[in-house]
Amino acid sequence: MPERQLADAVEINRMITRIATQIIERNKGSENLALVGIVRRGDALAKRLAAEIKRLEGRDVPVGAIDITLYRDDLQLAAEMPIVQATSIPFDVTGKIIVLVDDVLYTGRTVRAALTEILDFGRPKIIQLAVLVDRIHRELPIGADFTGRKIPASTSEIVDVFLEETDEREGIFIKKKEPEEG
Amino acid sequence: MTWTHKNLLGLEGLSREEITFILDTAERFHEVLDRPIPLVPALRGKTILNMFYEPSTRTATSFAMAAKRLSADVVGFSKASSSVKKGETLLDTVRTIESMRVDGVVIRHSCPGAARFIAQRIDAFVINAGDGAHEHPTQGLLDLSAARKRLESFEGRHLVVVGDITHSRVARSAIYGFSTMGAEITVCGPATLIPPHFKKAFPNVGIETDFDRLLADADMIMMLRLQLERQGKGLFPSIREYRKLYCLTAERIKKAKPDVVVMHPGPMNRGIEIEPAVADGPNSVVLAQVRAGVAVRMAVLYILAGGELEH
Repeated sequence: MPERQLADAVEINRMITRIATQIIERNKGSENLALVGIVRRGDALAKRLAAEIKRLEGRDVPVGAIDITLYRDDLQLAAEMPIVQATSIPFDVTGKIIVLVDDVLYTGRTVRAALTEILDFGRPKIIQLAVLVDRIHRELPIGADFTGRKIPASTSEIVDVFLEETDEREGIFIKKKEPEEG
Repeated sequence: MTWTHKNLLGLEGLSREEITFILDTAERFHEVLDRPIPLVPALRGKTILNMFYEPSTRTATSFAMAAKRLSADVVGFSKASSSVKKGETLLDTVRTIESMRVDGVVIRHSCPGAARFIAQRIDAFVINAGDGAHEHPTQGLLDLSAARKRLESFEGRHLVVVGDITHSRVARSAIYGFSTMGAEITVCGPATLIPPHFKKAFPNVGIETDFDRLLADADMIMMLRLQLERQGKGLFPSIREYRKLYCLTAERIKKAKPDVVVMHPGPMNRGIEIEPAVADGPNSVVLAQVRAGVAVRMAVLYILAGGELEH
C-alpha cells in the first residue's frame, strides 16, 4: 500500500511553534515548567518544544525522557523483546508543571504507562499532555491538552510520524495496515 | 532481538549477541535502581520461587531484591525450613510448588545439573543460581557487567582466574562468558585444584601454576574464594603456603598493569586469597559486582518472563 503524506517538515514545525505558544499561554509563562518526552520521538519533540519555548520566553525549561517499556501492560503480547531505553529525568518532578510529550496519541495506553512512571519519580503539581497527532480511538479516558493535528484514521490504517532526529526524514504519513497483521 | 531460551541454566551455549543483550538490558536497570522509588511494574502479577538448597546470602538476597524491584511476588524456601528435611525428593518439591502456579523458579543446588533436571519437567522458567561445580550464570553475567564498566571491549583482553578451579562454578561460568565475549583466559592455582581433564574440556584456556608469571599481562584478575572447608583434604599443604603463592597482595598488584580490573565473587577471605588493601583499592570492582548482581538478575528475570519462548 502506498503511504500518503499528511504533513511535511515545515508544517510540523508550525505545529510545534503553536503548541509551544499554547503551553506558555495556558501556564501563564514558563516558570516551574518541565517537559518529559516519551522515547524516542516524543523525546525529540520535547527537545524541539524546549528550544521553541526558550526562543519565545528566554528561559531554559528542563527536559527529561522516559521509556515506558517496563510499565507496559502487554509484555506477554510483544513478539520481539523491546530493548529497554534509558529513562532520564534529571530534575525533581515534585511541584512542577510537567508537559508530557509524544508523537501520536492513539489508544492512550502509552500515556497511561508514562503517567504511572512519572508519578513514581515524585508528585508533580500538574501533568499536561502534548501530542503531534491525535488519532481519536481511545481505549482509556485520556485526552491531550495540546494537539498538533487531529487525524481520525481508521484502525486499519497506520499513522507514522517521522522526525529528522530519529528517522532521517520528516513528515506525518498514513498507510493501510498490511493484511497479515493482527 | 528475539530471545529464544526458556531458561538460563548456564552461559555455555549463549551467543555474544545474547550476552550483550542481557548486559545492555541490565544497564537500564542500573538506572531504575538509582530512582527515588526503585521499583517498576514490569513483572506485576508474576510469582518467582527461590529455592536454595545450599546456604547463600548474597545470591538469594540479590535474586529476591531483583524480583521485588520488578514488582514480582517472591516466595522462597531454604533447605533448613522445608519438607526437604523430611526427605521429599527435588522433583516432588518442585511439582508441589508448581501446582501453586509459579512463573519462574530460581534454584541453587549442590548437584550439577539440578537446574536442568527441573527445567525439563516444569512449565515455569528456571534460572540456575549455582549447581554444584557446574555453572553460576548470573555470577558470570555480573562479572561481565562490572568489568565492562572499566574496559570498553573484551576482545583480546586477558582474564586470569586464580584459585580452586576444580570446585568453582564461578570459574566455569566466567570461562564460558568471557571467552564468548572475546577474552583470552588463563586459569591459575595449585595443580591439585585444577581438574585433570581441564585441558581437554577447555582447549583454548591456558593453565599456569605460577601466579607471578601472569601478573604483567593480565587485564582482569578474578580471585576465587578459597573454600577453607577443603583444607585438610590434602589438596594444598597449608593456608599459609596458599597465601604465599596465590594471594593477591599489594606487592603483586604493583607488578600488574596499573588499570588491571580485580574481581572477587565474595564472600572474601581477606588476607588469604586477597589482601584488604587490594580488595578495597582502586583496581577492585568488588562492590560494583554486588551492585551489578541486582541489575543483571532483574534483566534475566525480565527477559525470561517476557520474551517469546521456545517450546
